Amino acid sequence: MVSTTSTSAPSVDATARARDLLGVSRLTNAALTSWLHGLPGVDQVGCEGRAAALGTRSIKTTSKAWAIDTAISMIDLTTLEGADTPGKVRGLAAKALHPDPTDPSTPSPAAVCVYGDMVATAREALGQAPVNVAAVATAFPSGRASMPVKLADTRDAIEAGADEIDMVIDRGAFLSGNYLGVFQEIAQVAEACTRADGTRARLKVIMETGELVTYDNVRRASWLSMLAGGDFIKTSTGKVSPAATLPVTLIMLEAVRDWRDLTGEMVGVKPAGGIRTSKDAIKFLVTVSEVAGDDWLDPFWFRFGASSLLNDLLLQRQRMRIGAYSGADYVTDDSPSLY
Amino acid sequence: MPTNQRTATDARVDVRKTYKLYIGGKFPRSESGRSYEVVDGRGRFLANASQGSRKDARDAVVAARAAFPKWAGATAYNRGQVLYRVAEVMEGRRAQFVAEVRAGEGLTERRAEAVVDAAIDRWVWYAGWTDKLAQVLGGLNPVAGPYFDISAPEPTGVVGVLAPQRSSLLGLISVVAPVIASGNTAVVLASELRPLPAVTLSEALATSDVPGGVVNIITGRTAEVAPWVASHRDVNAIDLAGAADADGVVWGDLELAAAENLKRVLRPAGEGVEAVEPDWTRTPDLSRITAFLETKTVWHPKGR
Amino acid sequence: MAKFEYAPAPESRAVVDLAPSYGLFINGEFTESQGGSAFKTVNPATEEVLSEVTDASAADVDRAVAAARRAYNGAWGRMSGADRGKYLFRIARILQERAREFAVLETLDNGKPIKESRDVDVPLAAAHFFYHAGWADKLEYAGLGTNPRAHGVVGQVIPWNFPLLMLAWKIAPALATGNTVVLKPAETTPLTALLFADVVQQADLPPGVVNIVTGAGATGQAIVDHPDIDKLAFTGSTGVGKMIARSIAGTRKKATLELGGKAANIIFEDAAIDQAVEGIVNGIFFNQGHVCCAGSRLLVQENIAADVERRLKRRLETLRVGDPLDKNTDVGAINSKAQLSRITELTDAGEAEGAERWDNGCELPAKGFWFRPTVFTGVSQTHRIAQEEIFGPVLSVLTFRTPQEAVAKANNTPYGLSAGVWTEKGSRILWMADQLRAGVVWANTFNKFDPTSPFGGYKESGYGREGGRHGLSAYVTTESNG
Repeated sequence: MVSTTSTSAPSVDATARARDLLGVSRLTNAALTSWLHGLPGVDQVGCEGRAAALGTRSIKTTSKAWAIDTAISMIDLTTLEGADTPGKVRGLAAKALHPDPTDPSTPSPAAVCVYGDMVATAREALGQAPVNVAAVATAFPSGRASMPVKLADTRDAIEAGADEIDMVIDRGAFLSGNYLGVFQEIAQVAEACTRADGTRARLKVIMETGELVTYDNVRRASWLSMLAGGDFIKTSTGKVSPAATLPVTLIMLEAVRDWRDLTGEMVGVKPAGGIRTSKDAIKFLVTVSEVAGDDWLDPFWFRFGASSLLNDLLLQRQRMRIGAYSGADYVTDDSPSLY
Repeated sequence: MPTNQRTATDARVDVRKTYKLYIGGKFPRSESGRSYEVVDGRGRFLANASQGSRKDARDAVVAARAAFPKWAGATAYNRGQVLYRVAEVMEGRRAQFVAEVRAGEGLTERRAEAVVDAAIDRWVWYAGWTDKLAQVLGGLNPVAGPYFDISAPEPTGVVGVLAPQRSSLLGLISVVAPVIASGNTAVVLASELRPLPAVTLSEALATSDVPGGVVNIITGRTAEVAPWVASHRDVNAIDLAGAADADGVVWGDLELAAAENLKRVLRPAGEGVEAVEPDWTRTPDLSRITAFLETKTVWHPKGR
Repeated sequence: MAKFEYAPAPESRAVVDLAPSYGLFINGEFTESQGGSAFKTVNPATEEVLSEVTDASAADVDRAVAAARRAYNGAWGRMSGADRGKYLFRIARILQERAREFAVLETLDNGKPIKESRDVDVPLAAAHFFYHAGWADKLEYAGLGTNPRAHGVVGQVIPWNFPLLMLAWKIAPALATGNTVVLKPAETTPLTALLFADVVQQADLPPGVVNIVTGAGATGQAIVDHPDIDKLAFTGSTGVGKMIARSIAGTRKKATLELGGKAANIIFEDAAIDQAVEGIVNGIFFNQGHVCCAGSRLLVQENIAADVERRLKRRLETLRVGDPLDKNTDVGAINSKAQLSRITELTDAGEAEGAERWDNGCELPAKGFWFRPTVFTGVSQTHRIAQEEIFGPVLSVLTFRTPQEAVAKANNTPYGLSAGVWTEKGSRILWMADQLRAGVVWANTFNKFDPTSPFGGYKESGYGREGGRHGLSAYVTTESNG
């Protein structure tokens, strides 16, 4: 077990690389602070204006068909409720395997995303299909637990067969200026993503941008998460509003683009929460294409954390196929409201 | 060098004043070395004034341009204080102004006193405007978007001023004060036939706190010098008030020359091609100030 | 080949009903010219002839001025401000109702991207009428002086870069203050002004209040020289502005001139860099750079110049140049062959003078007038491309080391229309805004316009303001005591 103090050794690689990138001999909070605060600022109005402009792109016919299928293939089909049951999760997995039973050419989502205790159920339901199981971990969604609990949460999901871990950062630590604490948490969870056989689950770092509030904070949190070894930066838990807005995602896409310029490495981006329509999803794909570049237009590097989005994409897909508007009765609903 | 001898009623021979140009805070004679006779309303000799040349005007523009940034950049409160100080100094020279106005304009003592009083009051009126203009003429623009958007007046720059020919003090002050109150600097062509109050004003300016170059006063032939001011590319605006009754001056020609660098032109009063000198005793409004102002609008987004 | 190719998304032009030829709109109706000729107006993106319009003669201008004078002496001059305002509100509403039609027509005639005519030109034009409508019965509150009243007949000559919007900037304040109008649209972009005549009819504006005469320079000169014109409003080049100033010298005609510019867009080392890059792009590539206030001189702090240049070029590679009617087009066609020649001449001069030329290498359509988004680096103040208004999608990049140097370079031009400043340091913004000799300073933004916001230049960028309370003052006289 890893010790409970914040001085416990995080991933050697992340810390060593951070020292190298920052040009310091010892990674301190002061060094991280001056590095993060040295990032260019973000002008809110300008950023939102750019996002709105990207949102006016008109995607039609063949490009729309391509975008719909690409978006479907990027979905982390998600259920994260206290009322989740094995039955619900199996339903979700079935939906992932056959999103549109009337059309086998429909691509599958990239993953199903569940709480840690549902990983085994999901894994079993998905079998050998190329749909990943993603688990939220580290005391999702608030992140308010001790480090050992968070690490145990992570390992538990890994051992149950999770391919991907969606962790939350400690927003309190971030907002109080304890960047080193956030760095160490991410680095330790990244280390905990290593399986017994040496392979690794991919780590998505949820910054909960709705609680970070400013775009300057989103940019800093993005760079901190990449520096600490996150494979993905992710907007939100879906439990806080606003969740995945286009401007926030734009900031994150700029971050991964600039990170690649700096390090040569790619990091993925996952907006999650609040993306419900095909029209919205296409705006995100446009933004990916024009800001980060087409390299990110791949389920390996871009995901949507969503549940109802899939059915709207399927409706649009059917409309394009049959040439008439479809309706809710023609797509299967595996997550109807309980209430 | 006075040549005519007046009968001295007392024993003392008085010391006479030399009337010179006022450029960059200094009192040079014209670089041309010329002077011309100034006479009173009945044609009696009063003084020899410097007859400024185009090169004097050129030097005055250089001085005005050099003085502009600091004068425009001074706080409005400071400009108001400085201008009020001019009124104080003028008050101290009241008798001299009265004598010169009386002689030059052929007024009675009482009329001349009234004119000087009005001139000093006019100066005070404009002095008080310096720190009100931005609020009266500027303000926030409620644009349809997340922007702070504000417009404020700024001085146009170097302003050429043809001072009125008849009203040699009240008219002069009525055109000079509004130009400099907002932060412009001025190159003033004084009344051709009645230049003495302008020279005395320059002495008042030099002994108050007005920085050198803010007001430059050239005496001489309006028709000779005005075209050089009107066509000067480093002059931003021109007030043609003094085209009325100026010998050999066609204001339209000056406006034509001013078009070459798109000077702001304040035309003389009157109808059509005619130029008339207005009644300077009437209460002024802001129009002589706004004629030499630019509006600057600044936008900035409002964000977190 | 990009992964995500946007399929063509053309706006339908079916909404536009073009006549084969147009007369002149005088005294509330379309009339034939007296002694004028005709010329063709083309779609600059395809060189397709759109229609034939009238080259109005001096006699036509005389008729138009007479009609405007009658309206001023008659119904319009006697009308209450409240009723004038209601006519303007009507016009604003009709512009909104027919927005799509205006946007498509503007794009066809001008070559600008439909997303700009749709999202900027037409909505702003309607907004200008809305804003000024409300002033019509409130002029005594505008602080313009005692008893503000109309000049009478106003002659207006507008450019081709924002045809409908410039028409709105001119006509809305003129009518709100009680003047009547003779307006000449630019010869390459007359069609939205002619469609506006239709709006005037739908609004039942009294005859003669708005008269639209099409034509070229001679028609404009006839308006400028007409003895019964009380006031002129012109937007266009500094060269023509000076001609107008000369023409009216010695008369009692008033004028406002909104002329050229060579704006500096100044990027400091601490700028919000991604937004600054957007601001640079918007500053010079908006409307193909056919913008008088375009940020055509990029002044970038030397210590970040290489990074800004790299980011800028990467961004320019995503600009979509092509069919202006395509909703995804970012940069449309150059408005005319003549303008294309002018841009080509100046950019050739830039190369010859030793500046380094780069363009985004995009494909250009075979027909029509096109120019790739172009950036010159290594530009000096002394280069023509740093001094002359190119009025095209061409950016000149210069560097500076200190704020003082930036100000000195920015102000070192006979123009003074606009400037941009990008820094996250508030006090520096305010200092810069004070120092820049320009009528509009955009800080951390660029090319923003609003009917409430006065717009206009210092120095040879012209005089007078358009928009806001300040813009009204150009259209009224007050009782001045001099």
